[in-house]
Amino acid sequence: MQRIGVFVCWCGSNIAATVDVEKVAEVIKSEPGVVYSANYQYMCSENGQQLVKQAIKEHNLTGIVIGACSPRMHEATFRKAAEEAGLNPYMVEIANIREHCSWIHKDMDEATEKAIILVRTAIAKVKLNAPLMAGESPVVKRALVIGGGIAGIQAALDIADAGFEVDIVEKNATIGGRMAQIDKTFPTLDCSACILTPKMVDCAQHENIDILSYSEIEEVKGFVGNFSVKIRRKARYVDETKCTGCKICMEKCPSKKGLNEFNMNLNTRPAIYIPFAQAIPNVAVIDPTQCIKLKTGKCGICQKFCGVGAIDYEQKDTFIERQYGAIVVATGFKPIDLDNFNEYGYNDNKDVITSLELERLMNAAGPTNGVLLRPSDGEHPKTITFIQCVGSRDTSGCGKPYCSKICCMYTAKHAMLIREKYPDTQVNVFYIDVRTPGKNYDEFFRRAVEQYGVNYIKGMVGKVYNENGKLMVQGSNLIDNEQVTIESDLVVLAAAIEPEPSVRKIATLLTTSIDTNNFLTESHAKLRPVESPTAGVYLAGVCQGPKDIPETVSQASACAAKVIGLLVKNKLKTNPCVASANENMCNGCSQCANVCAYGAITYEDKEFRLGGGKTEIRRVASVNPAVCQGCGACTVTCPSGAMDLKGFSSKQIMSEVEAICKM
Amino acid sequence: MTKEERIENLNRLSGTDVRKCMKCGKCSGRCPAFHEMDIKPHQFVSMLEQGKIDQLLQSKAIWSCLSCMACVERCPRGVAPANVVEAVRDTVVRMQGANGIKAEEIPPIVDELIPQQLLVSAYRKYNK
Repeated sequence: MQRIGVFVCWCGSNIAATVDVEKVAEVIKSEPGVVYSANYQYMCSENGQQLVKQAIKEHNLTGIVIGACSPRMHEATFRKAAEEAGLNPYMVEIANIREHCSWIHKDMDEATEKAIILVRTAIAKVKLNAPLMAGESPVVKRALVIGGGIAGIQAALDIADAGFEVDIVEKNATIGGRMAQIDKTFPTLDCSACILTPKMVDCAQHENIDILSYSEIEEVKGFVGNFSVKIRRKARYVDETKCTGCKICMEKCPSKKGLNEFNMNLNTRPAIYIPFAQAIPNVAVIDPTQCIKLKTGKCGICQKFCGVGAIDYEQKDTFIERQYGAIVVATGFKPIDLDNFNEYGYNDNKDVITSLELERLMNAAGPTNGVLLRPSDGEHPKTITFIQCVGSRDTSGCGKPYCSKICCMYTAKHAMLIREKYPDTQVNVFYIDVRTPGKNYDEFFRRAVEQYGVNYIKGMVGKVYNENGKLMVQGSNLIDNEQVTIESDLVVLAAAIEPEPSVRKIATLLTTSIDTNNFLTESHAKLRPVESPTAGVYLAGVCQGPKDIPETVSQASACAAKVIGLLVKNKLKTNPCVASANENMCNGCSQCANVCAYGAITYEDKEFRLGGGKTEIRRVASVNPAVCQGCGACTVTCPSGAMDLKGFSSKQIMSEVEAICKM
Repeated sequence: MTKEERIENLNRLSGTDVRKCMKCGKCSGRCPAFHEMDIKPHQFVSMLEQGKIDQLLQSKAIWSCLSCMACVERCPRGVAPANVVEAVRDTVVRMQGANGIKAEEIPPIVDELIPQQLLVSAYRKYNK
């Protein structure tokens, strides 16, 4: 005979203001099988849990139902309490009478009635619950970091310093990411490369870190603690183990017209190249779309001059497969394409540039050796106009609906650096709002106005047009209620940033979720901000949302803390709510294996007795409980009803539906 | 008509949600008739939002707006300032008891690339 206990939570006034909790507890008392029913202000509190534990012991309960908030909040809490009182934790059911009831209804009578139905439904289910035991799975003590920008570098260093092995997989030929392209960093104006490159070197020299540059993730299998990842090592046509980074190949290469991606295509590079001087690894790579030898079979000059025989035109992509316990995604961002914004004339005028291009024009290692010269004629620009929010906060469909967060600060930085270095330059900034929350951030921006005399104009630019070789910037000055036109030599657009597009593929491979703007979704916006909803996958940097370098570094270190916390464990408890096949009903059709996203289902030939001494061999499905994530896709696919999910059996679901329909 | 009804009417006629405006002023930054207008495009949006109906109805700018739709085209928030101007213009014309448009006056050959609203606006202005 089942002995069910029901516990109705008030959640302060969250539930009790809309649901008559005392009535729910009272009505439920007469449900068949219910031997105990109580209500309490905060069931999740120490006292509330004590109430649950005591009732389990005193009334010999075989199953309990908690009418409270979403199971996402406190299912684990109550399972633990039940276990402490000697009840199997999987004999606990949560009736969600907060998110599914009190928060979405206004009428007390209706909400109370619904709460009673929801609790009844949970009672119907718990009566069919069976005690389940969590298994254990081992933890591979190695982490994978996808992306070698500042986020990936920081996460890798922190994990490696704790004594765990880390692989950084970077799709480009060098690690460093966007931060390597930036000239100075706000709000302290220290040189980006000076603070980044030592960390890159640390990565290269760390005994626990393996940098897999020019590589991409091809396939991910497994689950938290036991990921198996296939990595494509793209052919760089240069033997990484031999190349010394002497750059003689770059000098001798006759095909020098390739656009230099590192310099935002502002100048050119040879077909064989090292992206920048401090690249890690300091190894050349050949661009196969540009290399004469690879395109026509004739040339081979770099091979002739290479003193160590590192050039290998025959190199092919190779694949390696490695095991990891945890994965950090740090894939970063790119500025958006500006094709939708022809009003600013970016595609038509060489002297309309993006802020990232300006970084390269101001960088000592950039195409102009750090001298600010405008791209069209190499002259010093005397009037520079910045336009903020280009494609940010745009709900028209042309841009991005979010604030890119970093532009206000970097524009203030650019404006100040220019005024500092070229005091005869007039600098204007068109802005909608200046958003500078953060330590020393607003002070930084005000310095641009008060000390450096940067002309901030509140209003958006309507159009940029070329008049007799001069760039005319026409926009609003809202404070003065004027329309102004400013003749400018250089126009700099603060283009919105978006997640690096390759993140979509990675999200699919990791079966983790992504929002409408391609940002990866965190598990909980406030309390689990670096965890993805997929166990063992963590998020660092702009792939999760727009953020600047200090925030990115903080998030990367937080990821590392989470990863270390996972990797120090020898075993992980597995979820026992997994699928299992009833072999007597399975017809071996393979449909379940086809839909399984985790590769948890295999088939085996088994011998079955038919009676009368006869046997037959049939092919039946077998679920690996360590790999199964309990998603239930196989159970609804199985045509013969052989596949069922423990804790969520078809019988249990149907009994819930019946309880709802009974009224 | 009460003031509230007028506000509701203007909102309905314009078909645009003025609350979406983020006060960036791109409409006025782009407007080719800006200097001819006593109330500027961005002000049409914010004044309707604040319910300053009487000022809007007194506006001379409704006759200088070209209905070129540049402000509509460029608005990053999907607000249509020109539609607000047109709504005010329409209200003024109706208050004068004149419905400026007659079907037979529409020329038989109309360039299909011309925005419908521009035509309508032109007729209203022509007939004022």
